[in-house]
Amino acid sequence: MTDNRKIKVLVCKPGLDGHDRGAKVLARALRDAGMEVIYTGLHQTPDMIVQTVLQEDPDAVMLSMLSGAHKALCPVIMDKLKENDIDDVLVSVGGIIPDEDKPFLEEHGLKGFYGPGTQLKTIVEFVKNNLKR
Amino acid sequence: MDYSDLIQKLLTGNARAAARLITLVENDIEAAENIINAIYRHTGKAYILGITGPPGSGKSTFIATLTKIYAEQGKKIGIVCVDPTSPLTGGAILGDRIRMKDNFSLKNVFIRSMANRGQLGGLARATEDAVKILDAYGCDIIIVETVGVGQSEVDIFKSAQTVVVLLVPGLGDDIQAIKAGIMEITDIFVVNKMDLAGADKKITDITQMLELGMNYKYESEKVGENFPLKSNWTPEIVKINSISGENFGKFVELINKHRDYLSESDVLLDYQKNRIKNETLQILKHKITEKVEGLISSHPTIDEYIKLVMDKSLDPYSMANLIIKLLGIE
Repeated sequence: MTDNRKIKVLVCKPGLDGHDRGAKVLARALRDAGMEVIYTGLHQTPDMIVQTVLQEDPDAVMLSMLSGAHKALCPVIMDKLKENDIDDVLVSVGGIIPDEDKPFLEEHGLKGFYGPGTQLKTIVEFVKNNLKR
Repeated sequence: MDYSDLIQKLLTGNARAAARLITLVENDIEAAENIINAIYRHTGKAYILGITGPPGSGKSTFIATLTKIYAEQGKKIGIVCVDPTSPLTGGAILGDRIRMKDNFSLKNVFIRSMANRGQLGGLARATEDAVKILDAYGCDIIIVETVGVGQSEVDIFKSAQTVVVLLVPGLGDDIQAIKAGIMEITDIFVVNKMDLAGADKKITDITQMLELGMNYKYESEKVGENFPLKSNWTPEIVKINSISGENFGKFVELINKHRDYLSESDVLLDYQKNRIKNETLQILKHKITEKVEGLISSHPTIDEYIKLVMDKSLDPYSMANLIIKLLGIE
């Protein structure tokens, strides 16, 4: 086997959220950890995100949300991934996620929930240790 | 591993199968071999358009606008965008999709980002294989975007039927325009960001560069030694604005003109022959390099040779010849 697999991560900003400094810092950190990071830019609809996952075949999807729309958008994204038979991708959401929303998001299959102040090292390790394939 | 299920799905136009197969050819050269072997006879239908140019010249934005036009014509479009891998960490940021936002929702558009994983020349090792997978997937047009290039990354002209070089006003003077490299492999020059000052000057520089070549053509025997030039085609030039879409109609006409030119002459046949030759050469280089590296790291006599070279009783050229003998491919 001449496998030189690289971890491929999709970093995106769902919905009407214009603050992507965190997403960029994260993309940069994952790059420096040797991963291939696709950054799609702002204002992604669930359909756009699912299309991207379908075409790019990433190992992990990191959603960055600061707008408070996570309870509305994340379940839609997860449902659409399921509709497309995508069940082997780690999906994580981070940004501003209140503690009381975490169980709800967990029920929908999301992980992570890292917020401001998290060490980048923690997130890199999280990605490495939670891949589904 | 058995890929027949994925390949079956690919041939019926399943996007997920296409994506998965591209991941496999990227990560595993043995998988690439088996997959290409199985799909090769289903390839050759797509028209391959290469887009290259310096970083920031607007390649992704240009492709986004062009894709919209082709999508409106009902075409199925594949896009492969290559971005650089960090030589320090092996990581990469693939950011071409940012400019192609409006294309995500188009049904017949498949976009794939790819890190070059250290390969020089503007493409990744797996780019050609990804193009074949998208071809078998049923794309009518496949657009390949190189990494942002300097002057000498010219691999794209060995893979694409039509090579488009994007330039922008304000980068370089007329001497830049007669340098060797990407300026020589171009079928269509696009001066992007035509609203900026200096766009017409850029066109003049390119035109003059082309005229120098036409009026005093030196029929060098060297021309075509490495790859045949598309001999009778005079490169076209067009200025455009990728955001407003100005002059894209003209550009599409030029593409069609080049396609007609290729199909009416023997150039396309030559191109195909050379493409096969070059691709095979690349594969051989890769395979032989692997063999040689394996041999050098494990063969017991290598250490003896190294000692001899250190003692000056053997030189590196002679040592190389001895290794070729060991490989048995003399």
